[in-house]
Order: sequence, then C-alpha cells, then structure tokens
Amino acid sequence: MNEEQKLADFEARIERGEIIEPKDWMPERYRRQLIRMMSQHAHSEYVGMLPEGNWITRAPSLRRKMVLLAKVQDEAGHGLYIYSATETLGIDRKELLDQLLNGTAKYSSIFNYPSLSWADMGTIGWFVDGAAIVNQTMLAKSSYGPYARAMIRICKEENFHKKQGYEIITTLANGTAEQKKMAQDAVNRWWWPSLMMFGPTDKESPNSAELMKWKVKIKSNDELRQRFVDLTVPQAKAVNLTLPDPDLKLNEETGHWEFGHINWQEFYNVIKGNGPMNKERLKARNEAFEKGKWVREAALAYAKKHNN
Amino acid sequence: MNDEGRLWEVFTQSKQGAPHEHAGNVHAADAEMALQNARDVYSRRGEAVSIWVVPSDQIFATSPSDEGPFFDPSNNKAYRHPQFYSVPKGVRGI
Ligand SMILES: [Fe+2]
Ligand SMILES: [Fe+2]
Repeated sequence: MNEEQKLADFEARIERGEIIEPKDWMPERYRRQLIRMMSQHAHSEYVGMLPEGNWITRAPSLRRKMVLLAKVQDEAGHGLYIYSATETLGIDRKELLDQLLNGTAKYSSIFNYPSLSWADMGTIGWFVDGAAIVNQTMLAKSSYGPYARAMIRICKEENFHKKQGYEIITTLANGTAEQKKMAQDAVNRWWWPSLMMFGPTDKESPNSAELMKWKVKIKSNDELRQRFVDLTVPQAKAVNLTLPDPDLKLNEETGHWEFGHINWQEFYNVIKGNGPMNKERLKARNEAFEKGKWVREAALAYAKKHNN
Repeated sequence: MNDEGRLWEVFTQSKQGAPHEHAGNVHAADAEMALQNARDVYSRRGEAVSIWVVPSDQIFATSPSDEGPFFDPSNNKAYRHPQFYSVPKGVRGI
C-alpha cells in the first residue's frame, strides 16, 4: 500500500469515528501534532502543582491542608498519565522532561501567574480546574486512544478540584468584609488569564483546523471558551462576586454570555516567557529534578544489588 | 536504561473476582518500587484491591497488521456458537 492509500484509509477510519491505537499506521504529522499537544498538556499538569504547592504550608486549617495536598498530588498523577500516553507515540519521557527543564517546551500560560493570597487557591480550583474540565471533557473523545483514556481518568478526579475551590471562594465570599475583598481580588486577577487558557481565537489558531480534521479535538478554542463563560457567570452571581468585564452581557437570542476583548498581547507575551513567574517556575522544576537525583541513583543502586 | 529506571506496565483489579485490567505504566528501579508507584499513580481513591506490574519489554503483543490473518481461523466457525443449531419446536432447556 502506498502512502497516499494509507492516508486515505487513516482518514476514513477517523471519519467513521474509529479510535487510533499506538501501533496503528498514522500520518507523521498526526504523530507530531499529538506529541506537541500531549507533552504541553503533561508539562502543564506538572508545572501546575507549583502555584498551589506555594500555599500548602499556609493553609488556614488542617482540613484545607489535606485537601490541597491531595489535589496537588492528583496533578502530579495527571502529569504522569499524560507523559505515559505521550510515550506510546515513540518518544522517551526523559526527552520530554529535558525539553521542559531547558525551557524549550511550552505549558499552559496560566501557571506563569503568581498565587498571592489564600483566595487564589479557591479561584484556581474554580476557574483553572473548571476551564480544564471543559477542555478535558472534550478531549476524552479524542481520536487517539491513549490520550482519550488518560482524559477519562483525569475527568473523574477534576470535579473534586473544582468543587473544593468553589467551596473556598464561597466561604470567603460569605465571610468578613476583608475576606470578601480578598475573594474578589483573586477573581479579578484570574478571570482573564483563565479565558486565555483555551488558546488563541479560532482565526488565529494555526493548529486547530488540522487537529479538528483528525478529531484530536472535537470543539474549537472559541466554542470551549464560550462554554466556560456560560458555566461560570451564574456561579459568580450565586456567591455575589463580580467578574471583571463591563461588557459581559447575556445575548437573549443565542442564550450565550457575550464577553469583552481579551488582551492577546499579554497572552503572547507570557507564552514567549515574559510572564510574571516564567523564570521562577522553570527554576523550581530544575531544582526539584536536581534534588531528586540522589533518590533515583540510590533506587537504581539498590535494584542492581538485589538483582545480582 | 536512563536514571528513571525501567518501564513497567500496570494492571489493576477493581474488586475481588474482577479481572485485572491494564491501567497504564510507571517508571521504577525495581518491582517493589513499581508497585508503590503504581499504587500512588493509579489507585489514589481505592480504585484497586490488587495490582500487577510487569516489565514492559516482557509483554509480547499481536500487531494491528495481524488483525486479518492472525484472527482469521475463528471467524468462519459459526458452529462454535449455539445459534448455529436448530432444536425441535417446543423443546425447552436445551
Ligand atoms: Fe489536572
Ligand atoms: Fe485539577
């Protein structure tokens, strides 16, 4: 079978809604796009532990501390599920990790913002995990089997992340004037970066069309962003917090909430490495890798000794 | 082998009597560590009552191109299914 025939067969399989497995024939471009997208996703989970890890020692109660620890541990797990799934495409995890540590890999721009107060823990769970759920629910139907299966596993765990965040925000919003102010401030800071998480508008997104043609993605960035806004506006109203967008209004005809202009300049600036925390995040990941070195070496030495 | 250890495939059993199913994989230096990592990665909410780990390079699998010829022999044996046989009307419990 020649390449053209193989490609036609592959696209027919996608068209029929079949799931592609690691050993199936796939176009090189499909493989490369998946490696790019999945490794960025894995890195995001991994780096995503840092803004919340920052608050574990300062959680206001033992209950909140246990919850936050469990959530951060879940994110480490999410990273591992997706690194595993990415490896099925024939790339070594070490190579992916190297790309992250030397700064050549990308990850979600949201994690380059600082977590300044305890209210940020609430807002991150509510907005950032909320946005992740919208995105990942779609990806659970992705055409690549290992990716879709990792997403199903992750989606089961994300609801707890979002709910615990919303609970923190609800508590603060119903608290003292100072606590409410803290919650509102966190909402104001995280709202726009959360909308940017879905990536550039459909017009500006070079990869989207191809990913949708191959059903790696089922919905476009703008569709997902709209879904997130529609879900979140009533949730903010319910706890009497305002979203920092004067243009936010319900379109009675479409039933969707229309929102104002996103500052894409800021988005591209953060992607390029100039966000408030880019350098800090990479430094923390590199330090963790270095500090874990002796553990990896000791484990290997132990295994070697016991195998001989 | 780099310093992340070898790769192990993880199989979890969700409850007693259920089959072990493939859950994913982990890197680990040895089997004991692989089991601990598998527990932390694939059973944080009681998803497993039992875990198997197997070095990935010890698993041998059919390949997708086998799909036709390899499984062919079972495709044309309708007589292995009960629907192949006819029973006189009114007879029950056969
Ligand atoms: Fe996650
Ligand atoms: Fe999460």
